[in-house]
Amino acid sequence: MSTRMFGAPVQRSEDARLVAGRGAFLDDLGAGACAAAFVRSPHARARIRDIDATDAVDVAGIIAVFTYEDLSGAMAEPLPLLIPHPCIVDGRTPYALAREHVHYVGEPVAMVVAADRYAAEDAAARIRVDYEVGEAVVGVDAAVSAERTVHAGMADNVAAHLVQEVGDARAAVAAAPNSLELELDIERSAATPLEGRGVYARWEPATSATGTDDGRLRVYSSTQTATGVRAAVAAKLELALGQVDVVVPDVGGGFGVKIVHPWPEEVMVPWAARRLGREVKWVEDRREHFVAAAHERAQRQRVRVGFDDSGRILGLDVDILHDNGAYLPYGVIVPIVTSTQLLGPYKPGAYRVEFRSLYTTTAVVTPYRGAGRPQGVFAMERTMDAVADHLGLDRLQVRAANVIRPEEMPYDQGLMFQDGRPLIYDSGDYPRMLEMIAELVDWPGFAEYRERARREGRRVGIGVACYVEGTGPGPYEGGHVQVETSGKVRVATGLTSQGQGHGTVLAQIVADELDVPIADVEVTTGDTRRMAYSVGTFASRGAVTSGSAVALAARRLKEKALRIAAEALEADAGDLEFADGRIQVKGSPAHGIELGTVAVLSNPLRYAFDAASAAATQFSGAADHESPPVAEGEAPGLEGTDYHSPLRCTFANGAHAAVVETDPDTAEIRILRYCVVHDCGNLINPRIVEGQVHGGVAQGVAGALYERMAYDSDGQLLNASLMDFLMPYASEVPTVEIAHMQTPSPLNPLGVKGAGEAGVIPGSAVLAAAVEDAEGFRVDRMPISPSELFELRNRHAAGEVASVPPRPSPATASDTSVPSAREPR
Amino acid sequence: MKPPPFAYHAPTDLDEAVGLLAEAGDEGKVLAGGQSLIPLLNMRLAAPRVLVDINAVAGLEDIRVDAAGVRVGARVRHAELEADTAAAEAVPLLGQGLRLVAHPVIRNRGTTVGSIAHADPSAEMPAVLALLEGAVEVRGRAGTRTVPAAEFVTGPMETALAPGEIAVAARFPRPRPGTGTAFVETARRNGDYALCGAAAAVTLGADGRITAARCCLISVAPVPLVVDLTDHLAGRTARLGDLDGAAAAAAEQADPEDDIHAGADYRRHLARVLTARALARAAAAAPAAVADTYTGASR
Amino acid sequence: MTEDVHDIRLRVNGIQHTARVPARRLLSDCLRHDLGLTGTHVGCEHGVCGACTVLVDGRPVRSCLMLAVSAAQHADITTVEGLAAADGTPHPVQQAFAECHALQCGFCTPGFLTLVAAYLRDNPDPGEDDAREAVTGNLCRCTGYQNIVAAVLRAAEITRGQDGVPRARPPAEEGRVPEAGGGRP
Repeated sequence: MSTRMFGAPVQRSEDARLVAGRGAFLDDLGAGACAAAFVRSPHARARIRDIDATDAVDVAGIIAVFTYEDLSGAMAEPLPLLIPHPCIVDGRTPYALAREHVHYVGEPVAMVVAADRYAAEDAAARIRVDYEVGEAVVGVDAAVSAERTVHAGMADNVAAHLVQEVGDARAAVAAAPNSLELELDIERSAATPLEGRGVYARWEPATSATGTDDGRLRVYSSTQTATGVRAAVAAKLELALGQVDVVVPDVGGGFGVKIVHPWPEEVMVPWAARRLGREVKWVEDRREHFVAAAHERAQRQRVRVGFDDSGRILGLDVDILHDNGAYLPYGVIVPIVTSTQLLGPYKPGAYRVEFRSLYTTTAVVTPYRGAGRPQGVFAMERTMDAVADHLGLDRLQVRAANVIRPEEMPYDQGLMFQDGRPLIYDSGDYPRMLEMIAELVDWPGFAEYRERARREGRRVGIGVACYVEGTGPGPYEGGHVQVETSGKVRVATGLTSQGQGHGTVLAQIVADELDVPIADVEVTTGDTRRMAYSVGTFASRGAVTSGSAVALAARRLKEKALRIAAEALEADAGDLEFADGRIQVKGSPAHGIELGTVAVLSNPLRYAFDAASAAATQFSGAADHESPPVAEGEAPGLEGTDYHSPLRCTFANGAHAAVVETDPDTAEIRILRYCVVHDCGNLINPRIVEGQVHGGVAQGVAGALYERMAYDSDGQLLNASLMDFLMPYASEVPTVEIAHMQTPSPLNPLGVKGAGEAGVIPGSAVLAAAVEDAEGFRVDRMPISPSELFELRNRHAAGEVASVPPRPSPATASDTSVPSAREPR
Repeated sequence: MKPPPFAYHAPTDLDEAVGLLAEAGDEGKVLAGGQSLIPLLNMRLAAPRVLVDINAVAGLEDIRVDAAGVRVGARVRHAELEADTAAAEAVPLLGQGLRLVAHPVIRNRGTTVGSIAHADPSAEMPAVLALLEGAVEVRGRAGTRTVPAAEFVTGPMETALAPGEIAVAARFPRPRPGTGTAFVETARRNGDYALCGAAAAVTLGADGRITAARCCLISVAPVPLVVDLTDHLAGRTARLGDLDGAAAAAAEQADPEDDIHAGADYRRHLARVLTARALARAAAAAPAAVADTYTGASR
Repeated sequence: MTEDVHDIRLRVNGIQHTARVPARRLLSDCLRHDLGLTGTHVGCEHGVCGACTVLVDGRPVRSCLMLAVSAAQHADITTVEGLAAADGTPHPVQQAFAECHALQCGFCTPGFLTLVAAYLRDNPDPGEDDAREAVTGNLCRCTGYQNIVAAVLRAAEITRGQDGVPRARPPAEEGRVPEAGGGRP
């Protein structure tokens, strides 16, 4: 047996290409294609009176200008509402190009196709649109007041409204010996991958010879779902699914924003390519990405909590106002995730959550890494800290009093999750998680460190925050594994890759299953020509669903290979084993057959095309003349296909702790330590998992201390550049210290849980807690900038912001289930 | 985000460059490092009809250090000036400001004179020039004139340059003997434009007491805000506590505005904090053989 | 409405290219679309992200903030495609990035590679803080920079280990100007 790959920090197979500059990202394709640019609304809300393209036609290189008037059939209908839900009151989606009304700055109004992007922008700048400007609706307050409505025909701005309740939470709060109320606020941020969106399409017209409409469309898109784009484009262009191929090239980051489909541009580009009979490419520029892609995070939350004197939460009652932007293309996944994942590792006595999802005249809100969890964790963990402060208890001690115990698994929270299935945690050891984070950050030793810092005139604070994350939702993913006659193994799965290293991880799984060298395994993702059935990459599901699917597919292939090898070796299949690219008789390794040869034998041939294939031709040797060359129930080829369709999500968990220092004069916030305890079940590749955690933490820090979407009251995005949207550099991101736990999931054959989003989730919660701890007053609104911290200090001095009582020395917490792990450093 | 079309000239002779620029009038722009201009072009926030690239113009490439100070030609990149040891020795504030200009990669291409001519109220190098009471050499069809720093920057992104004129060099005078300088700032991210920045020059007498002090604040006024603090500090030591009054007086002059990164009150507060820090560091850097009044230790 | 075009000569990765471009063609676009060197990526077109960083006469600059016509005034340009040795041996920085998992989606990577290659040429023995400072100025959205910092240190280690043995071609070896402080671009 070769070395087991599963669990090893295998170096990525993707990288040789990428470090050499041989990546193939969307704009690296289609060298001769025409370029598209879009005329976008400069107003947050307006009626289009007229579009005049007269001046644009003078531009050298212009090919076409399209407006809504050019669209017909399905293209003239609104884009789909991807995830319908009964709680949606009035689900509005945009048109591919604006039809009469625009509802946010950046909404596409007209499309220009020209020889190159320079000419396309020249022409777009010359198209005159006459707008009757309306009033903007920006922010939760304006949306909920409904003084102005975003969409015509609506009495208010409520897109969706949902109440979920387990027990009688309001009664439980009222009856509890202690209760608190918190008002919490999180601002908008956005995924902001370094490569924006992009679409490139090519139409091959029908050949007159067949007389049938067999034209074919090839679409390349920088997307998180190949099959989703294929289905959506086929529907819009009224083509059969079989006429559309979607190929996803290297994707320069997604983080959620590229799961939305079809974007207006994503149907316009193929439509224009077909209409013009030319290759058309649109590559989103940075400014477009800020105003016209998607954002997330903005929520206002009101929490009422009732608890006993030990900090046990008896009732939790949460109201959420969720800003969903101008349209609802992705349904209400984000607020549903917030509502359910808010519970984290805890088990309140009773829980009620109500959300209203609200239209505003701003860019749409769809999942961004974490997808509503950062907000939910913010609500829950701010509540935990408030409970601890109210009772004068240690913050970890209160958490320990509320976590679900391992012996209570599987634990049914009694709610419906974002996949429409019950919220049942499959596994996890939350008390151990708390112990580990206390140990990693040296929670008990912090009091002494704080005192030492104080003597030096420095202000430091510590915070902790926990999360549980439902990962790997269905409905399914598929895997196809094929052994070629060369012995090379080709693996395909339908979901797409944006840097997660699926090419490596899936190869590790298959290499183990077949016991072949990993270098012989080649993985294709996101190509509908290779795997037509798939859902997509989101919700930390790649390793869980596609990982399981390729393992199952490899096992199918193994069964078949064993049957063929047993016949060839005249041995019992049960006596055979896979070893180093061969199938051999156990205990008699010399008696075996190469997998490539098995592949040759699996496909009986009439024609030899090379030396290897000659062995499978009709006159090549002994044959059983009593049965057909391909036995009944068999298919030619050494390949296996299978699907993993999970019963429900598997739940990963973790805890973060941060130590910060705040400058007493300038109010600058510096992260001194950032610790992560992380449990995503069995680790397939720890190096890749740690990379995911590092990147997630960076986005969590970004969302907590740097990034926001600064809309003014007119709906203009004031910071639509990387100059002003403060994506952190290396100088702003802390070194992350990680401790792994591995609690296997019982819900999939690999025992794995998703790892992609976890790092980002507790960022705002843990940093709010740490800043609060350093400053001695409540922090209920994130992100926080030095300027805002300065203002909070002034308001605190004026008595407008509540103080945080001095935190008890964690030494007093050592008699709880959180042990004092080691001596203070 | 592609630039709009323009005509492009890359003359090798200064008179030719001036001629081309004069011909274009207010539709002409000078391209040197381009690190401020090209983003504006890419965003189509600027649309000059003519671009005169001076990167091949002879005579603009020199850093000259003499008794008066440092003369920096219009083609000199920030990074070159930063690496010039003679210039750093003559005018230490140059290096103290330059290391705060964006990131090294931008400094590899951006020019110091270009940054001054761009006149961003948050930029460091106009403040360095202003604090040192330097000057800009300007060449137009009518010949060369020298504009004192105080008259050069006239508003946010506005200068005394007339259409057709090129800033050909900046002159940074050596500070008076016994003067130390410092530049401190607070930015959201490393390399960002400062929320507020303070440059300071403090001159100490033989007794270690202050004889002159000036500061220049950025990002809190439409132009680099030079404040003479000699009246507040003359005869005093530069202990941090002693500087508070002067720092408050400097901050008093600031007229910051709210923007998406910081409130006006916070910027005014920073003006005070950073002025005090800059004064203290400048005093500590003053090359007098006296007790270190900053730390109290003797050097 | 037609635009003036300029015939330019650009020496990229040691190879002389010619191109006919309008004055406004950004160097990034010229490299990618006129010369087909798509390894240089474009992430913001306003000079902040650094994905388009290339070496001009050995010094890292933003190719989105440079006109192709201006770039033609320079002796030599090195892109990510030109970092490896002629025989294909990866540059120590390329090797280190792969070894340290310093890239995920790989979009920002070419900018970091060119930046770090030039940095290590001038600073062969950085400490961890130096390494972090060296890469501050380029944006990565995937890695949180931790492994990029590790890769800078690893690349320095590989380079040191190569002393006395044939080493990968340093960036912009051809047409390279003297070190900082000597000549000027």
